[in-house]
Amino acid sequence: MNSNGKTVVIGVIGADVHAVGNKIIEHVLTSEGFNVVNVGVMSRQEDFINAAIETNADAILVSSLYGHAELDCQGFREKCNEAGLTNILLYIGGNIVVGKQDFAEVEERFKKMGFNRVYAPGVRIEEGIKDLKKDLGLV
Amino acid sequence: MIDAYLLIDFGSTYTKLTLVDVVNEAIIATAKAITTVETNIMDGFNKAYENLCAKFDTKEVRIIKKLACSSAAGGLKMITIGLVPELTVEASKRAALGAGARVLKTYSFELTNAEIQEILNAKVDIILLSGGTDGGNSKTILHNARKIAEHIKHIPIIVAGNKCCYDEIKEIFDEASVNYVFTENVMPRLNVLNVVPVREKIREIFMKNIIKSKGMDEANNYIDGILMPTPAALLKAGEILSQGTSKQNGIGDLIIVDIGGATTDVHSLADGHPTKAGINLKGLQEPFAKRTVEGDLGMRYSALALYEASGEKLIKEYIDVPDIETRCAYLHDHIDYVPQDDTDVAFDEALAKVATRLALNRHAGYLEIAYTPLGDIFNQYGKDLLETKYLIGTGGVIVHSKHPEAILKEGLYSPSEPTILKPKDPIIKIDYEYILSAMGLLAFDLPDCALNIMKRYIVEI
Repeated sequence: MNSNGKTVVIGVIGADVHAVGNKIIEHVLTSEGFNVVNVGVMSRQEDFINAAIETNADAILVSSLYGHAELDCQGFREKCNEAGLTNILLYIGGNIVVGKQDFAEVEERFKKMGFNRVYAPGVRIEEGIKDLKKDLGLV
Repeated sequence: MIDAYLLIDFGSTYTKLTLVDVVNEAIIATAKAITTVETNIMDGFNKAYENLCAKFDTKEVRIIKKLACSSAAGGLKMITIGLVPELTVEASKRAALGAGARVLKTYSFELTNAEIQEILNAKVDIILLSGGTDGGNSKTILHNARKIAEHIKHIPIIVAGNKCCYDEIKEIFDEASVNYVFTENVMPRLNVLNVVPVREKIREIFMKNIIKSKGMDEANNYIDGILMPTPAALLKAGEILSQGTSKQNGIGDLIIVDIGGATTDVHSLADGHPTKAGINLKGLQEPFAKRTVEGDLGMRYSALALYEASGEKLIKEYIDVPDIETRCAYLHDHIDYVPQDDTDVAFDEALAKVATRLALNRHAGYLEIAYTPLGDIFNQYGKDLLETKYLIGTGGVIVHSKHPEAILKEGLYSPSEPTILKPKDPIIKIDYEYILSAMGLLAFDLPDCALNIMKRYIVEI
């Protein structure tokens, strides 16, 4: 697949070591023509943001599998704004909260934190890529 | 008749000569004299040469080549500019240090007018401009190029940033007649370090431009070339000793500690990958040949800075005298002071121990423990040097000490600081003849000869 000219930063936030999904996301995004910058597992907000600055990224896709994303993502959008990434797209997906919570409420909470798209457990990366292409004006 | 190479180190304090028999791969003689860069660099050289000639039969030796390195007249002074402090700023700093430069300061993000003024006041020899991965951020490096074009015409600039901006930077710089060169991006992709092309460019500019501006023209005419700054020669020696040549193996991973009057340099020649399973490597890639410079750890000029950096308590662990601060201040004011009695010697050794300990703490990588739902997880930042095979000491205080091993052992792994990845049980060697930088020079022409001499002369205690 030819490059589509868009750069995305991906990674797993917080004290979370789930590496398999991260590799799958990298693989699929790359095959869809994205320039993928992977900060890997156990990444801090600053790791995502620094990578996005140097690579002039269009979007940051945050993964979290261990249920503590709400704590790990506090202030993420504000830090992006501070770093001058004012228009960057922020997506998050995985198992982002603990327990059986109503996803509509979860989505609402994460959107309030400044995430543009929030995905429920089990959503495939292909769904996210459709949105990403739309949000970046590729389709 | 013996064919010999004369290797010269125009140091900040001493001009050191090493005469090498390149056929039998042996040191014929070494000599030194005070460096005289203020008057004529050749005065000091001639004095040292006189001392040297007294040590061998001049009729039996034919000098076929003379090579030099230099850290005289303040060394090679640089500032580096990048984008994010942890990324391209750090990458460009590492590249400059690896080229043997003194990095006076680093700058991040968009330069301000005040920072430009600061750079002009610092009278640096070379500016390294980086920022952005290839295809990444271009706004900052372009802004900084414009600022430079507007204010800085006479200082050579090396551009090693986002290659997609090079056409535009070329236009900006050409229009303003800036003195510049391009090379490969120092961080082409996130966390990927590419220091070798920058190092080479720095060396080229050093050879072409810097020699003249340092009043070393005459020396340059007499010898066959001032090839590089002294620390770069030392790093080159370390590379050959560790990695070997195309014909033979080196000795493997090693660390060189060089304690000087003004700085303590640590060079590690090692990948530094984790030595235990299940460790997560984080941050910017480390260069195989890594040099760090501690400007606040030194035996004379920096003795007072060392006192401030370490605190009296730490020095007291090694020597119990009542006047520690006074002594440090005295040494700072008397940079050519030679120890006069046993207490002086012990005090110097105590300072050297503190310098070694702190310099290794800063050079080595460290582990960060994260408490996760899956148990303790370790993140490694920097190099894991736990299993490094050799620890080599050089520099006056180590070479002249009666207890060099005790000084270097302060650089080992300590159970009291278990997260700092310093070598656990290395073989300790000493550069007794003070030949490392000379061998770095020789390695440019005769790498095997340099390697054999180092294997022979840099010995275990």
